[in-house]
Amino acid sequence: MSTQKPIADNLFTWPSDSPKLIGSKDTETGRYFFPAKNSNQHEKVELSNKGKLWTWTVQRFLPKTPYIEQVAPEDFKPYAVGYIELPGEIMVESRLVGIDPKELEIGMEMELTIEPFVKNEEGEELLIFAFKPSVNS
Amino acid sequence: MTDVAIVGIGIHPFGRTDGVSGLQQGVHAAKEALSDAEIEWKDIEFAYGGSSAAGSADTMVSELGLTGVPFMNVSNGCATGGSALLSAYTTIKSGQFDIGMAVGFDKHPRGAFNADPEAAGLQKWYGETGLMLTTQFFGMKIQRYMHDYGITSDALALVAEKAFNNGSLNPNAWRRDPVSKEDILNGMMVSDPLTKFMFCSPAEGAVALILCKADIASKFTTKPLYLKGAAFRSRPLGSFEVFSPSLEIERGPSPTVGAAKATFEMAGIGHEDIDLAQLQDTESGAEIMHMAENGFCKDGDQEKMLQDGDTNIDGKFPVNTDGGCIANGEPVGASGLRQVYENCVQLRGAAGKRQVPNNPKTAYTHVYGAPGISACTIITN
Repeated sequence: MSTQKPIADNLFTWPSDSPKLIGSKDTETGRYFFPAKNSNQHEKVELSNKGKLWTWTVQRFLPKTPYIEQVAPEDFKPYAVGYIELPGEIMVESRLVGIDPKELEIGMEMELTIEPFVKNEEGEELLIFAFKPSVNS
Repeated sequence: MTDVAIVGIGIHPFGRTDGVSGLQQGVHAAKEALSDAEIEWKDIEFAYGGSSAAGSADTMVSELGLTGVPFMNVSNGCATGGSALLSAYTTIKSGQFDIGMAVGFDKHPRGAFNADPEAAGLQKWYGETGLMLTTQFFGMKIQRYMHDYGITSDALALVAEKAFNNGSLNPNAWRRDPVSKEDILNGMMVSDPLTKFMFCSPAEGAVALILCKADIASKFTTKPLYLKGAAFRSRPLGSFEVFSPSLEIERGPSPTVGAAKATFEMAGIGHEDIDLAQLQDTESGAEIMHMAENGFCKDGDQEKMLQDGDTNIDGKFPVNTDGGCIANGEPVGASGLRQVYENCVQLRGAAGKRQVPNNPKTAYTHVYGAPGISACTIITN
């Protein structure tokens, strides 16, 4: 079994039964940031794992570098992307999974999920965050 | 106060010119502008110029002449041309020099722009996971706008159809064949809701302008034009910009709103005085949103305006009369100056088949780009 690890440090809590995106909060202004800012004026916060779809699109062609999925253009599978409004915090840009793009609707309830993305040279599976429709919605 | 006049304009056709470097295209435009003003390079007292991907503008002196002229390079992304123009404007306003040149040129490889997360102050994962694409941003911004203000895909197609129609009337345009609304709507989807015909592509081209103190303008031309307003703004808090891993929930105005306001204040005129406009149309949705962001209509009014043909060349408020970015492509360093070039041609009454009727007197330009910058001008005759 291959090992898994997040594609970047300090992006989401892992390993975890209930992973959360890691943001930061400006202690003076109360503004939220994602990804987290490294500064004395910021405290790290775990962001809400549920929110509403604010807007979306579909990536229909294979992106050029720095995109790292190794795939021939004809084998590329389009993926949906959107912003999720996390109530009272911030809107985060994310891949959208678990739904046919034709079914996407602004305002729908979404929740965080951690998904395998690609394998690195060491054979480790890199994990990314994504949002999927909430089970309860 | 010293007014600033535009007395010479030059262009290298936009599109693809194999075997001619971006810099050579810039030299071509510069020579055409000099000849238009009936002056020589040695008469130029200063120059500002730039490109984003085709080299340093100041090296043009080896082709134009080693006169010792102060030639300053400008690098400001999509507002490179606009920044060169603004710099030339303030140089003349300040009284330092009387006559100079602003030039912008570029030559990009085919396909979407490559993005480097770290150069943009972002983390590597953002690019590696496929979130760092300008096309996604444009799709997502207009998707939300359509939801909020009832704009339809039909309106997006009308913008592109107009661009190709106008491009077909412009000998310097890249795309000169009309494309029907149906073909635009049925074109390959690039980033929903935008099809391939609704997007502009990176391209090549160059524009040069000769500017001088207004009180000496009659020495160079019988039809001087006056740069009445020019302003540039970067993004304020809460604007929705390209390459944003996150956004504020509380939405704010775009940099365009601030740049437009400052330009109108500087010119001392109102929106009702503008006879035609060139608005940044990186894709169809951008032109629609920029009509409102620049204050020419209310959010949502664009649907009816487009269905009624208001923004066509013979409409109430012509927009992107030269085919805009959609028909000309986007050589980043030259794009903003192309808009000014087109307005000069229109205000001189020299636009031929694409001439806006009834002798337009006042024209507006707006350029917008990454990472959230906007520059506008108002020119009168």
